[in-house]
Amino acid sequence: MTHTITLTPAQLEEFGRELDAIKEEVVADLGQDDVDYIRRIVKAQRAMEVAGRALLMVPPAWPVGTALLSVSKILDNMEIGHNIMHGQYEWTGDPALSGQTFEWDTACPGDQWRHSHNFTHHTFTNIVGMDRDIGYGILRMSEDQRWHPYYLGNPVYAFLLMVLFQYGVALHELETDRIRTGQISLADKREVLEAIWRKTRRQVLRDYVAFPALAGPFAPFVFTGTMTANLVRNIWSYAIIFCGHFPEGVQEFSIEQTRNETRGQWYYRQILGSANLTGGRLFHIMSGNLSHQIEHHLFPDIPARRYAEIAPRVREICERYGLPYNAGPLPTQFASVVRKIVRLALPSRGSAKPVAAPQSLAA
Amino acid sequence: MFTETSVGSPVRRRLLGLLAGPHGVDRYTELVDPMWTSEVRATVVRVCRSTPRSVTLWLRPNHPIAPLAGQYLTVSVEIDGRRHTRCYSPASRHRPDAEGLPLIELTVARHDGGVVSEYLYRAARAGMTLGLSGPAGDFVLPIPRPRRLLLIAGGSGITPVMAMVRTLQQERYDGRVAVLHYVRSLDDACYREQLATLPQVSVLHACTRGPGGDLQGHVDGGHLAAAMADPDAVYVCGPPALVEAVRRHYPDAVAESFAPAPLVIPGTPVGGRITFGRSRIDVDNDGRALLDQADSAGLTPASGCRMGICHTCTRRKVHGVVRNVTTGAISTGDDEAVQICVSVPVGDVEIDL
Repeated sequence: MTHTITLTPAQLEEFGRELDAIKEEVVADLGQDDVDYIRRIVKAQRAMEVAGRALLMVPPAWPVGTALLSVSKILDNMEIGHNIMHGQYEWTGDPALSGQTFEWDTACPGDQWRHSHNFTHHTFTNIVGMDRDIGYGILRMSEDQRWHPYYLGNPVYAFLLMVLFQYGVALHELETDRIRTGQISLADKREVLEAIWRKTRRQVLRDYVAFPALAGPFAPFVFTGTMTANLVRNIWSYAIIFCGHFPEGVQEFSIEQTRNETRGQWYYRQILGSANLTGGRLFHIMSGNLSHQIEHHLFPDIPARRYAEIAPRVREICERYGLPYNAGPLPTQFASVVRKIVRLALPSRGSAKPVAAPQSLAA
Repeated sequence: MFTETSVGSPVRRRLLGLLAGPHGVDRYTELVDPMWTSEVRATVVRVCRSTPRSVTLWLRPNHPIAPLAGQYLTVSVEIDGRRHTRCYSPASRHRPDAEGLPLIELTVARHDGGVVSEYLYRAARAGMTLGLSGPAGDFVLPIPRPRRLLLIAGGSGITPVMAMVRTLQQERYDGRVAVLHYVRSLDDACYREQLATLPQVSVLHACTRGPGGDLQGHVDGGHLAAAMADPDAVYVCGPPALVEAVRRHYPDAVAESFAPAPLVIPGTPVGGRITFGRSRIDVDNDGRALLDQADSAGLTPASGCRMGICHTCTRRKVHGVVRNVTTGAISTGDDEAVQICVSVPVGDVEIDL
């Protein structure tokens, strides 16, 4: 589905200014409430983590322990880790909330995430050939990715990635796809691999050796409980993340079209390349506010709790300028993603669908 | 590390570090009690507003810190979600062993429009947590102590002087000390009562704006002679103008000077110099973003999106004022992190780069 966008360069500039104004307002308003909020979330996450790990050592409490540890990992990775590492709380000056040094409870080293996500993904969002999040180097998620018989396994790879998402994310900066095609060699990625190994080893030792050992005879309960919690976090975060850029209607872009983008054009691409999930306040927190993927892609470095309050204004601007605002409930959006994964396992019919042009077709 | 002081063997420490990874033990313990951390912090135990333009705080730190009399501490306070740091010299005496975590006494003078001083004057209360680092500073008395000591203070510069006087008293110092305190008016003179009770310390107050006091107006040779003739050592702590004036009479005076952070932001672009501290390069400010000017100077700082989104280029601004061109936010404080790709200098700036 392609949208014909009729925005003149002047309109695009005005469009950019209106969005800039929203960011300026929010930034000027940041204060004690915002920092108190994230500290409350951090406190809740740490408390659940400690309680979850402790309860797993008491076999009858296994379901509760596993549930608490699952929620704690989800909060740590999404509402806390992803958001703090984006620099959303840099303005506080609190070293515990500093994006440059924050390390999260997952195998992916923070430094590598900061590079591949904050810089690469957010700058080159949905540009085929530049945004490696399109398919993560193992899936075909866009018709603009040339089909190959390997992709017949698309649904299988997608399922495996979901179950092993923690490690899939950890290996992202290794660029295994480029190693396979011979563009780079494994030796070029030596430091990256070492860092991944160091972080992964500590995570594995902590989750699957140290804590079970502390439980003595109840070690198997701790082991299985922790593994389940990691799996729950994997599946949940995968679902939320895949609904961010892959539901039907989200657009991709080409390198040529996005050269020398103005700010207005950058905002335009971020909106068309993202999709939201509707839900209540608790859902937004559990999704790390990635349910507001559009607002997050417009303003990655303002505290995510602010996305809900600016969403109506962003939506209104989109309506006024004739842009689509892709939003839907989780089951609907995820079903659309699954259909796409299955569909793209097969070669596309006819020529590749034209990507949305960020510039006017009129004068 | 907090674990070093409270947990025994290296093996246990490493195990604890592994179990508490990747955040570290501090990030759990400080949620139970903000003082349970390896970061040095202090609880405000008592507050007293003894003059209309100052507030005195007594702090109990969570780790022993033992500033020498005259040294300063860097205090951080959170105001509306943001940490601000300022340097204050304790007025309490030097406690060598600092066992039992003795209280540290700070007196903060209100600066007109000053963010931290106004906040502390208005809102400081027992139970508040402040960050601490240091001590630092060379404004300390030599050993052996000089026999005839002249201590000159301007305004809140009385605090290191009080620390020195109290320390000397503790040491049963038998030399002569003269304190010359410059204040706007006698109502603003902190520690007036305390100084009056010290038998061997002669005190003169000079009022620069109001009537009263032993002396009138700003420092001159007459004031200095009246305070003490022929001192062995002269110490002066106060605004730059006071220090300069004293040094005209006593070139060897040991001095410490302070100035409140700049508050006036010019609306139009100004010139100035940019100092890239680590690279030891200075350039003239041409008004462009710091990253662009660094590139032109031949430096290659890490960068990413170059549009203020990804925070890859964030560096420490050691000193100066910059404006963020995407949000309009102004950063004035020392040692603040700024995104150099969208930060434009306003006047002289030093960047850790």
